[in-house]
Amino acid sequence: MNILFDERLDGELVQRDKSEVLNDLQQAVPDMTLLHREEDLRPFECDGLAAYRVLPMLVALPETLEQVKGLLKRCYALGVPVVTRGAGTGLSGGALPLEQGVLLVMSRFSKILSVDPDARMARVQPGVRNLAISEAAAPYGLYYAPDPSSQIACSIGGNVAENAGGVHCLKYGLTVHNVMRVDVLTIEGEHMTLGAESFDAPGFDLLALMNGSEGMLGVVTEITVKLLPKPETAKVLMASFDDVEKAGRAVGDIIAAGIIPGGLEMMDKLAIKAAEDFVKAGYPLDAEAILLCELDGVEADVDDDCDTVRRVLEKAGATNIQQARDEAERAKFWAGRKNAFPAVGRMSPDYYCMDGTIPRRELPRVLKGIAALSEESGLAVANVFHAGDGNMHPLILFDANKEGQLALAEEVGGKILELCVAAGGSITGEHGVGREKINQMCSQFQPDEISVFHALKAAFDPKRLLNPGKNIPTLARCAEFGAMHVHNNELPHPDLPRF
Amino acid sequence: MTELAMHAADRDIADTLCEQVRSAYDARTPLRIVGGDTRAFYGRPVEGQALQMAEHSGIVSYDPVELIVTVRAGTRLSALQAALAEKHQMLGFEPPMFGEASTIGGAVATGLSGPRRPWAGAARDFVLGTRIITQEGKLLRFGGEVMKNVAGYDLSRMMAGAQGTLGVLTDISFKVLPIPNATHSLRLSLNLNDALKKLAELGRQPLPITAAAWHNGELFLRLEGGKSSVQATQERLGGESLDPSFWTSLRDHSHPFFQLNDGQALWRLSLPPNTAPLNLDIAETDIFYDWAGSQRWVKTALDADTLRAACKAVGGHATCYTPHAQGGAVEPFTPLNAVVEKYHRNLKAELDAHGIFNPGRLYAAF
Ligand SMILES: Cc1cc2nc3c(=O)[nH]c(=O)nc-3n(C[C@H](O)[C@H](O)[C@@H](O)COP(=O)(O)OP(=O)(O)OC[C@H]3O[C@@H](n4cnc5c(N)ncnc54)[C@H](O)[C@@H]3O)c2cc1C
Ligand SMILES: Cc1cc2nc3c(=O)[nH]c(=O)nc-3n(C[C@H](O)[C@H](O)[C@H](O)COP(=O)(O)OP(=O)(O)OC[C@H]3O[C@@H](n4cnc5c(N)ncnc54)[C@H](O)[C@@H]3O)c2cc1C
Repeated sequence: MNILFDERLDGELVQRDKSEVLNDLQQAVPDMTLLHREEDLRPFECDGLAAYRVLPMLVALPETLEQVKGLLKRCYALGVPVVTRGAGTGLSGGALPLEQGVLLVMSRFSKILSVDPDARMARVQPGVRNLAISEAAAPYGLYYAPDPSSQIACSIGGNVAENAGGVHCLKYGLTVHNVMRVDVLTIEGEHMTLGAESFDAPGFDLLALMNGSEGMLGVVTEITVKLLPKPETAKVLMASFDDVEKAGRAVGDIIAAGIIPGGLEMMDKLAIKAAEDFVKAGYPLDAEAILLCELDGVEADVDDDCDTVRRVLEKAGATNIQQARDEAERAKFWAGRKNAFPAVGRMSPDYYCMDGTIPRRELPRVLKGIAALSEESGLAVANVFHAGDGNMHPLILFDANKEGQLALAEEVGGKILELCVAAGGSITGEHGVGREKINQMCSQFQPDEISVFHALKAAFDPKRLLNPGKNIPTLARCAEFGAMHVHNNELPHPDLPRF
Repeated sequence: MTELAMHAADRDIADTLCEQVRSAYDARTPLRIVGGDTRAFYGRPVEGQALQMAEHSGIVSYDPVELIVTVRAGTRLSALQAALAEKHQMLGFEPPMFGEASTIGGAVATGLSGPRRPWAGAARDFVLGTRIITQEGKLLRFGGEVMKNVAGYDLSRMMAGAQGTLGVLTDISFKVLPIPNATHSLRLSLNLNDALKKLAELGRQPLPITAAAWHNGELFLRLEGGKSSVQATQERLGGESLDPSFWTSLRDHSHPFFQLNDGQALWRLSLPPNTAPLNLDIAETDIFYDWAGSQRWVKTALDADTLRAACKAVGGHATCYTPHAQGGAVEPFTPLNAVVEKYHRNLKAELDAHGIFNPGRLYAAF
């Protein structure tokens, strides 16, 4: 895909001279850090999807709400687009800058404002790291449940914008289930509180809408999260299988037994090898797949559930079942899974991480499809899978220095996502659409549905200044994309103009 | 599907419904969306041509292993619950049933959740996807039948609680949960302050509590989870055992508390967890604390402004459950602040330009 904003397909942008915008912002918000020299801008040219890079016009690093407000008001008046960035760990190019835009970096808002153990809530600024919240809550025996693998680095503001998940979200929910309230600045610089510290708020559920909106509807400036009591105990079972399909079926069997594990993860042979080489997690190198099943809660229940799960796994044909003997071994089992991406990164010069979701029953079919695509393209694919909730992370291995491999990896990735959509799933479970999957949105949604998304956007940002070119494609883009992907000889969106 | 059809009549009238919406849009005729019509009392009255949803019923798909069910909006809540119970599963949000005719569409549109809410989540937390009829009468799909899906804006969850003012729900997919293996309800004699203190203290511990209420000198608790932990917690907390129908009576307002005296209106106060008793002139016997104190049912003749000011001061809000005619508030829902209201109006204008969907149900302006 051409990553550059394409006005022909993504909509027109106002053209402004960089020095004019710089002067204007320096005057309007004199005390705010504003980077403009190329060497200062360079570190911000990409997020976690490093294959896509664009140098922003300017980078703003505000420290106060007044500065953010002042910046937004001026950008709105000038018609200059604003891309918000948290910690920049996003994997879909959501925080990819725009050449003609300001990159608004929220990382200096890094204060935990309060932790209230009796109300089990914490108020935090958007730049606070995900893990820092649980660390601050730990002295009270509490924690913040959603735990993306990037939790040591990613910001809670970015989590809200992506509706981030983690390995524990089948049982404990996604970000949207664990955020009580957010404060937002609109593109016009108006302040809004959505949600409440009570369990509901009057009016439409705009809090739900804000979660996962990828910086398209407003800038999140403060978040109140729910804290949970730390489970009394957590135990993890690791089961090996000589066949990926058997492992997939075992997942369904555990849930059919009435158990909702705290975490239920699957890795295939290549991912196992990568993780084992990297962190020595104690994974079986001869297995075709492993399942990690964590059971947490009150000690006595967890023991009962471990027995049940063990029986289910045996019946499902596990070749070996191992229970972590202690906390250290449990941490080791998880370290392999949580480091799976960087581990695969060590095996190959580059890798491309996909994020499709499917109904779990479709797993064997989709895995076969992925294997066929891998064979056909000659690119190896390692599979890491939030198995409990049907969220797949196929990692496509390639070498960007080899002519044509990036494009090939993108093509394979696109086809994997289309497999997921065809299986009744989605192109993204937690990493977001961003810039990366903008074309695949056209396979998941019809033009009328996309028009409704545009209507929602127009309600908050009619001038389309917040993160343009991300998340929701224009109909013109879908027409162009459709022209490249003619299914069954039917041209999608025949009524739209083509370029 | 025959097995599912036993529970709810299998009828798909989406095309007819779309047709009705299209003509309403063309003629600019307001519609009053009607499920089981059991909650007509709730919210502001709507003048409009009835759009009857009850015929659009049936369980479209249900795979207990996936923990996902998809139902047509007119399906009776009781039918859906029976189908789930057969597989030892349930709707996690414990929706109130204000009558046998209650539909799942009405339950989601009103967005209300039962005693389990603080521990399990609200109606919107379990909504995975919807089919919606838009103002132009088009049937569109948002979200889906998968646990995780962040493609596009989360329109489905926003429909929960919008009371049909943004579109018509025709199909809804839910995440469902297994029915807990063990359950035990108990009552303890405790005064209000001690009860609230105890609830805060228990709340910080990993205990299998899924409902907590206080009324008239008694703390009521429900424990649910694994057999071992329920038993251990039961032994630890002691108290007398409580009939579980207590929770249904609280959920559905059939508990005698909900009988109003002359001049009293019924209010729901939604407050942050661990909020101290409000300083209002209301007899303790006229307050029922649910959700460990976060949801308080109040019978009072006090005016809306007084109640709302007290709630606002602690970060909450108040909803009136009795119509104006019976001494309730003209505006049942807490008015929005100016900026939030602006974006509500913008949204309504985008999704329902001619005001055909339940106009005035939430607020006079939209
Ligand atoms: C005293 C009392 C208090 C109650 N309080 C509550 C409460 O606070 N919250 C609550 O949820 N329930 C409450 N109920 C319960 C309510 O009756 C049932 O929970 C609910 O199932 C109603 O469903 P219905 O089909 O009868 O809805 P209806 O009364 O027909 O409709 C309720 C609302 O939802 C809209 N609606 C219905 N179907 C659709 C659809 N398919 N698409 C879009 N909009 C639709 C309607 O236009 C209306 O605004 C209460 C009941 C009683 C007796
Ligand atoms: C190794 C690795 C593992 C990962 N594992 C997971 C995982 O398990 N689960 C998961 O869900 N994700 C995972 N991710 C992806 C990523 O960490 C998450 O998407 C995270 O939520 C991004 O947060 P961030 O602060 O880095 O946001 P950024 O990358 O800076 O931005 C992401 C998006 O959020 C918007 N945004 C950021 N801050 C704000 C704000 N304050 N207001 C409005 N919009 C804002 C941006 O505009 C952009 O669209 C992983 C990433 C890596 C690199």
